[in-house]
Amino acid sequence: MQVPAPVEYERALSVEEAIALLVKHGSESRLIAGGHSLLPMMKLRLARPEVVIDINPLAGALSYVRREGDELAIGAMTRHADLLASALVSEHAPIIAEAERVIADPVVRNRGTVGGSLCQADPAEDLSAVFAALGATVRIRGPRGERSVDIDSFHTGPYTTVVEPDEILTEVRVRIHPGASSAYEKVERRVGDWAIAAAGAMLQVSGAAITSARIGLAAVGAEAFRAPRAEALLSGKEGSPELFAAAGAEAGRECNPHSDQRGPEDYKRHLVSVLTERALSRAYARASGGAAR
Amino acid sequence: MRIEMNVNGRPMAAEAEGRTLLVHFLRDTLGLTGTHWGCDTTNCGVCVVWLDGKPVKSCTVLAAMADGHEVRTVEGLEGESGLDPVQEGFMRMHGLQCGFCTPGMMMTARWLLDQNPDPSETEIREAISGQICRCTGYENIVRAVRWAAEHPQGADESEGVNA
Repeated sequence: MQVPAPVEYERALSVEEAIALLVKHGSESRLIAGGHSLLPMMKLRLARPEVVIDINPLAGALSYVRREGDELAIGAMTRHADLLASALVSEHAPIIAEAERVIADPVVRNRGTVGGSLCQADPAEDLSAVFAALGATVRIRGPRGERSVDIDSFHTGPYTTVVEPDEILTEVRVRIHPGASSAYEKVERRVGDWAIAAAGAMLQVSGAAITSARIGLAAVGAEAFRAPRAEALLSGKEGSPELFAAAGAEAGRECNPHSDQRGPEDYKRHLVSVLTERALSRAYARASGGAAR
Repeated sequence: MRIEMNVNGRPMAAEAEGRTLLVHFLRDTLGLTGTHWGCDTTNCGVCVVWLDGKPVKSCTVLAAMADGHEVRTVEGLEGESGLDPVQEGFMRMHGLQCGFCTPGMMMTARWLLDQNPDPSETEIREAISGQICRCTGYENIVRAVRWAAEHPQGADESEGVNA
């Protein structure tokens, strides 16, 4: 039987109260949103906070997807199921919808949140790769005020981020680029499992030329979840199957996967090559106004 | 701490530790053992209950997080006019063998049918994709949910149980 160690339960009714409780209880307290990362870690004693601060009452204030000018704003308490159902997301960031369709399972998606997934910072977290590909920024609030952090400097290592123990991630923002689109590809052993490898791509296209390219990789030890050498191959070029295959191969070489129970290193590199190529091809077709799939 | 929640339309309250999981609160504290407790790891889905109208895996929710909220368990499926069509479907189409996954499957099936009264086989399989039937009786589970979709008012009097 797996149950968490004894823990004190607190509930925050506002972002200010959540921060005040974090300050009061110090570094041995943790925020709990959907709980679908933290509670399994607590059951295994991989996490052992003395206090959990329930922020589900903030769902009313921090669960939203809205367009603000040329940006999509996504509240940190937005559940995976709501992100998947969002028409704004499907229209402006299809990579998010495609990833959400293969994150966990439908029942888990009713509970898990965007902010929780990002703050858990699992090296195989799909949304980390997705927001890396999208070049997102995250908003973080704490006793010293609010700050915005580029997704490229958000992660500080496996399971660690720049969010301080007394801070709360409140929002993710994604820029809507004209002439851009995106796609996500993932291979998993079974429904609900972490990726063996996954690749997302965002391409901005002008005419036939790629003006901007970002690639996000999950579960393969990529620095900041990115593939910069593969991205550099793409910029300024005209999209073609050969180009996308070359970029995929580069991504497969530059990532840093480890052999584990999900597969050997060479297999993961092969997956990254193929998945990156496919994501690039579909993102390009979409950005060029071609086939939506 | 004292935890109060509305379970199947009835207010209930009991003392529990902060670390108590909702599945254990329902089963051990409130005595509602219809909800099953399986893998402990958010994988198997036998513990699915509704929290505020949506299916969740109750092994991965603290009871305290459901304090002040509405929970619906398999005991709340049966209405005044008898079994829910989902329950009737599982009975008629042999949707259960050992029965261990059944409460979770039925809670997800009821939610699916409330959202989508006429789901395809693919949509049913997608909906229950986070739940495991270790008898591997998925074919009949899908048939059971389809039966419920085709009989939204439940069984016709003229149909026998073995129809």
